[in-house]
Amino acid sequence: MSVSFTVAPLRACRDILKELRAVKGPGYQRSPAYRYVMDQFRHNRITSEKLCRSQQDLLHRASSYLCLLQSTRLHLSLHAEYHGEGSTREKGLGDVARMVGLALPTQPGGKGWE
Amino acid sequence: STERKKFYQDVSISQGEGGVFEINLDRRKLKTPGGKLFTVPNEALATAVATEWDVQRDTLKFYTMHMTTLCNTALDNPTQRNKDQMIEASLKYLETDTICYRVEEPPGLVQLQKNEWDPVMDWIEKRYNVVIGSSSNIMGPTIPEETKDTFRQHLASYNFWALTGLEYVITQLKSVILSFGLIDQHLTVEKAVQLSRLEEEFQIHHWGNVEWAHEYDLQELRSRTAAGTLFVHLSSESATMKRKLLQDLEFPLPRKPTIKTPLLSKHSHH
Repeated sequence: MSVSFTVAPLRACRDILKELRAVKGPGYQRSPAYRYVMDQFRHNRITSEKLCRSQQDLLHRASSYLCLLQSTRLHLSLHAEYHGEGSTREKGLGDVARMVGLALPTQPGGKGWE
Repeated sequence: STERKKFYQDVSISQGEGGVFEINLDRRKLKTPGGKLFTVPNEALATAVATEWDVQRDTLKFYTMHMTTLCNTALDNPTQRNKDQMIEASLKYLETDTICYRVEEPPGLVQLQKNEWDPVMDWIEKRYNVVIGSSSNIMGPTIPEETKDTFRQHLASYNFWALTGLEYVITQLKSVILSFGLIDQHLTVEKAVQLSRLEEEFQIHHWGNVEWAHEYDLQELRSRTAAGTLFVHLSSESATMKRKLLQDLEFPLPRKPTIKTPLLSKHSHH
């Protein structure tokens, strides 16, 4: 029981720093977030006894922040892929339909509004 | 428009009048859309906001800057509502709470809703000593007045900023119950989002999906929910104040497993 509690905060800290490095690049250690996260984890000393309330709070917050960083990064890259250049917005309707395995019905005589 | 060219190099935070924190973009101080000086009550919130601005590249993607958006909402209060109005708006979602509405078919989904949502329902009824219940009829369950009163009281214990965040989480998850579970740390963001999207996930497993659209929706909901949750927790108390109090209280005492965090109320007003 105590082993999992001591591993989890270190893991959370490490994963957050990984995310910061992914979004910020080489200068990530100079970012306000890096300093703050390191500070938080240093000040919350992990004892071998039952995880106290403040440590549970820290873990939940760290987990939320990690989720925020990861999901924002993924949302952004998906947005770029599907809303940016060469994306569905620039493709014709026919191409988009084919992407999802459909085909537009043919309409002899053309559509009324063309 | 949702994007703008990045116009600064360095992002930093600084402490201003009355101990609030400000965000500096190069030498300019960030302002709200309403023209106010952008200020937050503690360093943790300031850091989270600063990071959003710090990681932007050539163009500013405002639709990913949820912490900033939430602070702007709290500062500008564009809908001009007070706490009571926000509480009633939040409670209204209880009547159409996602986990209260059960399907009658297909059997797979019926069972999934039971397995995944019943435990959360049990948890909240026990935790708050209320009756809520779920229903498969079109009108949904009838929520007893006592239940609403209990939640009303609980919501009132949050300060205006935290309430802004909490209402946001509720609108994202479409569930008061899941939001409470999240804020009370019974659920993680990922779990709360999964529970909120249970029916979609079920349909996807059965019928397949347009993968990118599903993933896009999932990541977007996660990022908004995570931001809202963090916003509530960081607004509920001054982070540095709490740490100082804990250090004073815990360390002089002998270490016993039974010691819990004493005296501090969960949501102090700032």
